[in-house]
Amino acid sequence: MALKMVKGSIDRIFDKNLQDLVRGVRSHREDEAKYISSCIDEIKQELKQDNIAVKANAVCKLTYLQMLGYDISWAAFNIVEVMSSSKFTYKRIGYLAASQCFHDGTDVIMLTTNQIRKDLSSPNQYDTGVALTGLSCFVTPDLARDLANDIMTLMSHTKPYIRKKAVLIMYKVFLKYPESLRPAFPRLKEKLDDPDPGVQSAAVNVICELARRNPRNYLSLAPLFFKLMTSSTNNWVLIKIIKLFGALTPLEPRLGKKLIEPLTNLIHSTSAMSLLYECVNTVIAVLISLSSGMPNHSASIQVLYTHTHRLFLKYLGLLAMSKILKTHPKSVQSHKDLVLQCLDDKDESIRLRALDLLYGMVSKKNLMEIVKKLMVHVDKAEGTTYRDELLTKIIDICSQSNYQYITNFEWYISILVELTRLEGTRHGHLIASQMLDVAVRVKAIRGFAVVQMATLLDNTTLLAGSGQHKSICEVLYAAAWICGEFSEHLEDPVHTLEAMLRPKVATLPGHIQAIYIQNAAKLFAAVLNGQQGTPDCQTMQESSQLLIDRLPLFVQSADLEVQERASCILQLVKFIQKLQHKEVEVGEEVTALFAGELNPVAPKAQKKVPVPDGLDLDAWINEPPSESESEDEKPVAVFAEEELRHARPHHTEVDEKELARRREARKQEQANNPFYIKASPTSQKDSTGVEHIPVVQIDLSVPLKVPGMSTSDKYLKLEEERRQRERKERGKKEKKKKKKREKRSGMGRRHDSGPESEEDIAPAHMVDIVTEEMPENALSSDDDEKDPNDPYRALDVDLDKPLADSEKLPVRAHRPTNILKSPADDGEVQEVPKEPKKKSKKEKRDKEEERKVRLLWLRCPNGEIQCTCTKSSKHKKKKQKKDKEKEEKKRKKQHGHSGDREGEESVQNGTLEEEPLPVCDIQGNLQNGSQVVVSIIFENKSTSFLKSMEFNVLDSLNSKLQRPEGSGPHDGLTVPFQLPPGVSNEARFIFSVQSIVMPQRLKGTLTFIVKADDSSTHEKLDFKLHFTCSSYLITTPCYSDTFAKLLESADLKGTSVRLQEVSLPFHHLLAKICFHHHFSVVERIDSCASLYSRSIQGHHVCLLVKYAHQTVTIDAKCDESSLLGNVLEEIKKTFSQS
Amino acid sequence: MQFMLLFSRQGKLRLQKWYVPLSDKEKKKITRELVQTVLARKPKMCSFLEWRDLKIVYKRYASLYFCCAIEDQDNELITLEIIHRYVELLDKYFGSVCELDIIFNFEKAYFILDEFLLGGEAQETSKKNVLKAIEQADLLQEVRHNYFL
Repeated sequence: MALKMVKGSIDRIFDKNLQDLVRGVRSHREDEAKYISSCIDEIKQELKQDNIAVKANAVCKLTYLQMLGYDISWAAFNIVEVMSSSKFTYKRIGYLAASQCFHDGTDVIMLTTNQIRKDLSSPNQYDTGVALTGLSCFVTPDLARDLANDIMTLMSHTKPYIRKKAVLIMYKVFLKYPESLRPAFPRLKEKLDDPDPGVQSAAVNVICELARRNPRNYLSLAPLFFKLMTSSTNNWVLIKIIKLFGALTPLEPRLGKKLIEPLTNLIHSTSAMSLLYECVNTVIAVLISLSSGMPNHSASIQVLYTHTHRLFLKYLGLLAMSKILKTHPKSVQSHKDLVLQCLDDKDESIRLRALDLLYGMVSKKNLMEIVKKLMVHVDKAEGTTYRDELLTKIIDICSQSNYQYITNFEWYISILVELTRLEGTRHGHLIASQMLDVAVRVKAIRGFAVVQMATLLDNTTLLAGSGQHKSICEVLYAAAWICGEFSEHLEDPVHTLEAMLRPKVATLPGHIQAIYIQNAAKLFAAVLNGQQGTPDCQTMQESSQLLIDRLPLFVQSADLEVQERASCILQLVKFIQKLQHKEVEVGEEVTALFAGELNPVAPKAQKKVPVPDGLDLDAWINEPPSESESEDEKPVAVFAEEELRHARPHHTEVDEKELARRREARKQEQANNPFYIKASPTSQKDSTGVEHIPVVQIDLSVPLKVPGMSTSDKYLKLEEERRQRERKERGKKEKKKKKKREKRSGMGRRHDSGPESEEDIAPAHMVDIVTEEMPENALSSDDDEKDPNDPYRALDVDLDKPLADSEKLPVRAHRPTNILKSPADDGEVQEVPKEPKKKSKKEKRDKEEERKVRLLWLRCPNGEIQCTCTKSSKHKKKKQKKDKEKEEKKRKKQHGHSGDREGEESVQNGTLEEEPLPVCDIQGNLQNGSQVVVSIIFENKSTSFLKSMEFNVLDSLNSKLQRPEGSGPHDGLTVPFQLPPGVSNEARFIFSVQSIVMPQRLKGTLTFIVKADDSSTHEKLDFKLHFTCSSYLITTPCYSDTFAKLLESADLKGTSVRLQEVSLPFHHLLAKICFHHHFSVVERIDSCASLYSRSIQGHHVCLLVKYAHQTVTIDAKCDESSLLGNVLEEIKKTFSQS
Repeated sequence: MQFMLLFSRQGKLRLQKWYVPLSDKEKKKITRELVQTVLARKPKMCSFLEWRDLKIVYKRYASLYFCCAIEDQDNELITLEIIHRYVELLDKYFGSVCELDIIFNFEKAYFILDEFLLGGEAQETSKKNVLKAIEQADLLQEVRHNYFL
């Protein structure tokens, strides 16, 4: 062994340490990958050795390599090994490596639970600290669930260093395991008053983070935080609190009024920019929340301005402005020039922010001006991303709120046309849809639009050159459609028809070609119709011939859609040509092919169609298909799908259902598979993407002027002239105007929101925006559902509601499987404190030190009992007396839960401290009438480390401690943890009980090893467990008629009891009985009440309680007389004590 | 805070700390993207930029870039302060820190960061306390180290 050690350290001398590795990597710049792969081989060798120092060194090097981007997940198990080293030096390295490379999908994380728990309860605070730090990086839902209780215990650790970390990490635990929030919250709240400022600030941090996501649940904490805000001088804490208030004010405007003053004070006094910024943000939030109540805040906004300018950082100033903009647009609009200047900034993020602001700043008056400036920027902009951003912003700005700010659509169309000249933009599609939208919805502009579009079509630049990521040719889609649909406005349809059928068109993407062909047919129809009645039929014949000549090119197209349309229309034209030769008038018939007007449909229209009565969308139409169908899922294509449906309608129906079902099953499987990394919610949505056919794009290498195009500037000038003219005329025609305006407002355009002067700007011509169509009886609800995958949503819980038992944190149970199978059983367990029977010499010496081990909180699923068992170095003789005292004190505590707490009694399970529940209330359920679960919290009050704890109870005939199979009836159970000083932990034990009619007292001992600095001693602690009869009862509600029937039945035997000198009010008395003995009130009339309860083995217990002149008479009936007798005895005891 | 990255002007990563669990692949992708974006920025540009749905706050100290990702509602300026505080801590610990200190003692740099931030939140605002904790932990390491050698 010794030889091995020596050998190990000699080996180590030859090993590379981290420094060598770093140096090596730096000196092998050329062949880094090769060098590192040789290093990794070495590391693999090192990891195979037994020496933990060598392993730790290897893991340390791996951590470095991980940072350089090499995969080290294969070493995860070795990392766990190093983590579990007992030496801090190595443990630290292990946890560091784990925090760097573990993630939710790392499977060895499962192995770490016990190690982490051990480290958390380590006597060395740095071990605990390092474990907490590591855990904060890789905590998984499983770890969070298993360790929540341990971490919660650490929140009350004696060392602020640990408390602070424990408090902070709770936030991560909440995120991963939201069920832990409610039980842990009271203790978290307690930490706001922690004497250590670090712990306090940590608690503020966590609560603020929680409150930001779900502010409503934290409103009740506002006064507390207000106090903290006015008293704290720590800027870090202040920022968090102020941020929290920013989240709370929208919910409680009164809070806002209170905040304004202290916040303005802070704004004026603080020198910290970060605090100032936070204050400004919250003041804005306050103003927003107040804006409904108080109309004029220009003064406070002015204050704000001076200070936002003090924020030398333009970016944050812009950010703040955009927040003000939402509620006070007017006050921001005056800063338009400043914002426009920011567009020249070198920094892209500042420019983008400024753009966002502009979006909200435009009005009818300044829209054209702003857009003109933007167009200049578009020309100047370098880098396509920014240019694309500008482009979308221009379109957003113009099209916002249903084109509210556009007064001249001719100008807008020409802006759109100008934008088509943009080199290499990604947004051809966007421009196209704008063109379509405007042309369809603004009837008055159609003529102009058609002319512009015809020029676009005629212009070959857009066709010329095709590149990889140019989508500008999408515009032609719109142009072709507009020309075809509104062909009546065309000046020279034949020319346009010719333009649309040029051979070069065949280089366009399929879907655009298809549109070209279809609209060529429309144009043809228009030509025929236009020439109708004229004697000269040459044009008609020429255009027919043109189509017949050009279309065959498209009939050969590889694109199905193009081919089909082309061949169909070709045949049609041939037929028409025949008719023309016979001089038949066909114009009307052909036009009829394309008759009918197109109206826009609202985007949500489909969704709003109500489901008719009696239609169940989830019901199967056919029987669910069998499993045996083809395995692989085919992408669903629109056209293919439709064709199939025609051919075999029944079969495809099944197919779709089957696909949906499989998709669902697969999702389910993925959700349950811990190794599956889930895709982000957005990417899941488009799982059946069918809309997009790949588009071959066209490259536009040189930006060209579109010849023959009117520029938007022209319209800008025209518009200005027009406005001036109108202003002159306005004096004269005041009355007429009014009428006009009324008319306009009837057409769905809003006029009331702009500044007053804006009202006077009339649109250039009558603009008719066709409103979108909605289905009849559409549902009006505007549903903006929350994202169901939002991780913070789970934390939206009511924190003020008292805790239910099912919500308590899972505590590591002694025999977890057992508990899972038979959840919780009954029986009250009381623990009677006892003095030690034995004392060692050692103890005597340590007389002053007073080692105490406390057994606190006997806990059952439905409640808990608090008990103390003190071990102290007192003399044996005093035992009896001391025992009694203790018991009394305990009782007091149980019944009064007053402040009468002994000095040594300190750790409570935080969940319960503030609860109005009785501490000794233990109830079971009916699932297993013969089991009792006892949960005990062990707290180490001494300054030494306690380990190897063994819990043993002397079984009685009736009650037995359940021991693992194979162990003898007198073996103790090992408590599965160790206790560092000041730490408490909880263990569960299961007892089987045969008869419940008698109370039980069980004697037990706890043995453990006390490890002091230099020595360790074996110690023993005796205690008693008291199972009362009341604790076998379960509060069961009962209706008065059932109760009456019960009383009438002959099975119940009666008895009665009389309590003298009870000075309690009657309702207190009842409450007390219900509370301590698990009864429920069936009926109450004046000072008389009937109560009912049921035992875990199904015995009925009925009480009739009468109260008169300080005397209580209880008549009781039960089918088990001895149980009843004992219960009554216990009730009597309860009242004799109080 | 979601994560913190330290990288050199050459784009070499010097330290990375993730407060959200991500797979190595994602981490690498994000790192590569961010390093490129930040390095491409000119010195006079502001220290904040929007990236995906996060805000990036970065600052350059000598040849090193310190770069943090925060959420939408977080305070950019306090993040700058956190970065500065961390640099001060490194400075105090190493005694006028330079890039090489961090390269060769990268684990120490992590330990200091872990004492200062936990789970992405500042856990200790007092410089003195952070350094004290580190010194004591180091002491523990030294003593044990010597003992076992």
